[in-house]
Amino acid sequence: MTLTAFFFYIFSAVTIASAVMVIASRNPVHSVLFLILAFFNAAGLFLLLGAEFLAMILVVVYVGAVAVLFLFVVMMLDVDFAELRQGFLQYLPIGVLIGVVFLVELIFVVGAWVIAPEVAGHGALPIRNPDEVSNIAAIGEVLYTRYVYFFQASGLVLLVAMIGAIVLTLRHKPNVKRQDIATQVARSRETAIEIRKVEPGKGL
Amino acid sequence: MDGFWSSFLWPLIVMIAQSLLLMVVLLVCVAYILYADRKIWAAVQIRRGPNVVGPWGLFQSFADLLKFVLKEPVIPAGASKGLFLLAPLLTVVLSLLAWAVIPVNAGWVIADINVGILFIFAISSLSVYGIIIGGWASNSKYPFLSALRSAAQMVSYEVSIGFVIITVLLCAGSLNLTEIVEAQRTGLASAIGLPWLGFLNWYWLPLFPMFVIFFISALAETNRPPFDLVEAESELVAGFMVEYGSTPYMMFMLGEYVAITLMCAMMAILFMGGWLPPFDFAPFTWVPGIVWFALKVLLGFFMFAMVKAMVPRYRYDQLMRLGWKVFLPISLTMVVIVAGVLQFTGWAN
Repeated sequence: MTLTAFFFYIFSAVTIASAVMVIASRNPVHSVLFLILAFFNAAGLFLLLGAEFLAMILVVVYVGAVAVLFLFVVMMLDVDFAELRQGFLQYLPIGVLIGVVFLVELIFVVGAWVIAPEVAGHGALPIRNPDEVSNIAAIGEVLYTRYVYFFQASGLVLLVAMIGAIVLTLRHKPNVKRQDIATQVARSRETAIEIRKVEPGKGL
Repeated sequence: MDGFWSSFLWPLIVMIAQSLLLMVVLLVCVAYILYADRKIWAAVQIRRGPNVVGPWGLFQSFADLLKFVLKEPVIPAGASKGLFLLAPLLTVVLSLLAWAVIPVNAGWVIADINVGILFIFAISSLSVYGIIIGGWASNSKYPFLSALRSAAQMVSYEVSIGFVIITVLLCAGSLNLTEIVEAQRTGLASAIGLPWLGFLNWYWLPLFPMFVIFFISALAETNRPPFDLVEAESELVAGFMVEYGSTPYMMFMLGEYVAITLMCAMMAILFMGGWLPPFDFAPFTWVPGIVWFALKVLLGFFMFAMVKAMVPRYRYDQLMRLGWKVFLPISLTMVVIVAGVLQFTGWAN
């Protein structure tokens, strides 16, 4: 138990420290790398909760794919760091406001758990004993039965967003030669070459 | 105090000893796999390959190691120093880390976690960071272009590897690597009434298209030829490794080859029955499981090496087309087909 607490404090401390460094570091690439560190430690916190499936998915999806694309974009941008710093004070009130709203909401949620622990159980399905079923099976059982419509709806939202992004960037340039694999593969010896009998001294 | 010793300290010592053993064996194997790679490549091109250091050049890899370690590491003036040195370290650590969950024989595994295959998938999806960070931190044009290429390439091929893994774990009904291997004890051969033909039970036969897709995606994921656009020497000099020399360079190479053996081990576990013998009768069942496992990994590596020797490099747009327009639709369809077959025939249970 002490070991779990020890790791909890390590993971939480590093998560918070790297989250601070995301907004504090001068170089945007370093910011993204700190964001990745924060994701990692959040995955560690999930592991401590016994939710190893969520931890792995966090690493695969956020660290392995989303953050790579972040890094990809940030590296290609030509960012002027001094200019970026200038707006800091201007946006500070809005940032503080959003932070306060989040804090108050969190206090409400945690306060509700402390004041009336039984209320939280009403909204959710009872969780099965983690010793009996692996948490992948447990997630699958609720995700594809009770929450199947929400699951499908979120998939649809993502599909629409993906199609939107493709449509926004799709340009058909004329006069651009493109490779058509199907026609290349469909070429046979007859369509590709012609054999002529050349008589000596005459040419074609 | 006694409880502390038996519940924390002793398991920790055992685990460290096991990890060290695995690491030493693995690194020696990688030294000879490097040698084998060069020998196979040379044989295909009718050359001799390394044959000077030791008998038949057997100590070539160790000579290379000494040479790399004894050279002076050079850090470019404009480089981001910390990240520049972090990148090769990250590559090696990540590729070694994934071996912790690989079962090399029944019960011979350091961490038998129940999301083993997801762990490997997660770790191998992180290996792109070594390349991106190294390419960016070098503060030079060719490495940077290589970093951008690798980011797009490795993310694309991870998608199809993910779907291949999903079909296998649908068939096995578990994410634990040991259980995936054990699930391959029964299958096609027992269905046709010849249970001693063990190699027909493995998933390579029923999931043959996925086996092929996994092999090709593994080539792309480890940046092996014909998909080595990240270090394409005719276009990018040496890609993200241009500015690296001495020990950091060696660590990149080491990480790359450990990642390749990891992919071969994955292939052995997912499709070739891990440590199970190919025939279920006397002389074959006497051989210890680790020998079969090693032979299967080496077979996978031999295919990797032959592809490197024979296939010309892809163009970048062809690589992207293959990943997104060919492999993704095929693997997605196969997930649906496999899930449907398992559901309607009741084989899933």
